[in-house]
Amino acid sequence: MKRRGMISGYLFTILTVFVLVVFAFPLVWMLLASFKTQIQMQSTSNFFFFEPTMKNYVQVFQENNFMKYIYNSAVVALGATAGGLLLGLPAAYSIARYRMHGLALTILIARIVPGITFLLPWFILFNNMNLIDSYTALILSHMLVSLPFIIWVMIPFFESLPNEIEEAALIDGSSKAGVFVRIVLPISGPGIITSSLMSIIFSWNNFLFSLVLAGEKTKTLPIALFNFISYSEVNWGGLMAAATVITLPIIIIALFSQRYVISGLSAGAVKG
Amino acid sequence: MALKWLDKRLKWVFTLPAVLFVALMMVFPLGYTIRLSFFEWSMSAINPPKWVGLDNYKELLSGERFWHDFGITFYFTFAAVIVQMVLGVLIAVLLNRKGKGKNVAKTIFLMPMVATPIAMGMVWLLIFEPSIGVLNTILKTFGLNPLEWLGSVNQVIPSLIIIDTWQWTPMICLLLLAGLTTLPQDPYESADVDGASAWQKFIYITLPLLRPTILVALMLRMIDALKTFDIIFATTQGGPGSSSETLNIYGYILAFQNFKLGLASSLLVLFFLLVLGMTLGVIWLRKRLEVAS
Repeated sequence: MKRRGMISGYLFTILTVFVLVVFAFPLVWMLLASFKTQIQMQSTSNFFFFEPTMKNYVQVFQENNFMKYIYNSAVVALGATAGGLLLGLPAAYSIARYRMHGLALTILIARIVPGITFLLPWFILFNNMNLIDSYTALILSHMLVSLPFIIWVMIPFFESLPNEIEEAALIDGSSKAGVFVRIVLPISGPGIITSSLMSIIFSWNNFLFSLVLAGEKTKTLPIALFNFISYSEVNWGGLMAAATVITLPIIIIALFSQRYVISGLSAGAVKG
Repeated sequence: MALKWLDKRLKWVFTLPAVLFVALMMVFPLGYTIRLSFFEWSMSAINPPKWVGLDNYKELLSGERFWHDFGITFYFTFAAVIVQMVLGVLIAVLLNRKGKGKNVAKTIFLMPMVATPIAMGMVWLLIFEPSIGVLNTILKTFGLNPLEWLGSVNQVIPSLIIIDTWQWTPMICLLLLAGLTTLPQDPYESADVDGASAWQKFIYITLPLLRPTILVALMLRMIDALKTFDIIFATTQGGPGSSSETLNIYGYILAFQNFKLGLASSLLVLFFLLVLGMTLGVIWLRKRLEVAS
């Protein structure tokens, strides 16, 4: 009995490691390829051992102006997150305290509706207002993803806060709005971090909205990467370096704030 | 004074800005799309939208392309979701075993989910590349014939499903792992007393207890799979030919490449109804299963 248990234990460990290797592989592959020359890329004998080159990264930043796209992506992601928090935090608090579950459900319709359904009217509208290729249009569109997400993550968080502190403050003569600003918000750090991180990640990764609403001035990283492919011959090394530049910040954020990201992803399970 | 006024209406003052924003950015545009679906318009300033009634819908529903893309959408969605649910449940149970490294495993599993989809599309393009791609190199070392992967009409959807499975199976695992931690321990203890095998425990205890979580994961994954855009657009843009053109991709092409805004709108309305219908279907299924158990 014991022996059989040990053997199956080893088997499960091996299986787990195998699964993890398979799932980590594409990211490892991207990283390796980003340091390869076009010739090394074609060699099938030296997958893992080769002389790395920085040429691809130099090319991405010098010839393709990726600093600018990083800046654009950061402006849009931070803008959409700030806007989402500004509107979302009070709304989520109110929904949690006054149990407005119908309203919460209505806002979550944004989770179901395919983004492209409202993208078409936005395009017409923003075009009429000369807002195509503006940060405003991009931030507003990304906010429609981040706002429901922030509300969704924050409702259970606010519900889990003990009511007593707020009641004590109310008895002491504080206003309800004052309680929210001075007591509830300061103790909501973990919830705000979780929802902000997720909002930043979704906005950073967003492709469709930026593809239609961004232009030369406001092009974000995913769009810049997409334009990187030239159809005659693909510069794989450069492409992988660019892909790494986009993905790395997000992966680093996720690794360092693992706890928040996991709870955010499983609470909301939302993507744009 | 002002604060008292605010306190009385706090409920609404706090929610109104968010509600207005969602209404302006979603409800109003949705209505606009429905309205536009009865017009013919190509965004020209000289020719204003022209009322055509149900003609756009007739054109779509009698055309081959719509039904072809409808089929592709379903093929992709169902195959992807089934593969991912089976893999997701198995891997979640595997990762839930006690032992060191559980957190490391979770961290590794987190990465595909947060990695930028468009960048991952590019990476998979390289992995699937017929001549220098690593998958064909592996096939060749085992003496197998190389495949065309994304370049072949028949292999493109399975290839896309591999990418989608890589990226979103971890999401299912994450939801299920959260569900697994809440399961009661008593049934397992009495099963141990009865001498049940690990497999029997999995089939007769874990799966039934996890059913609500599994259905939530299924619903979320299905909605997203129906709407898949980034990965398909990054790798094939609907090709080769139109063999990976889903309704979402067709909508994009009609709207933003052909600028047939009326026709695109009617397609988007149909697509929205489809997603809504499928969602309601799963919710209904969930209710029925809850009543039955």
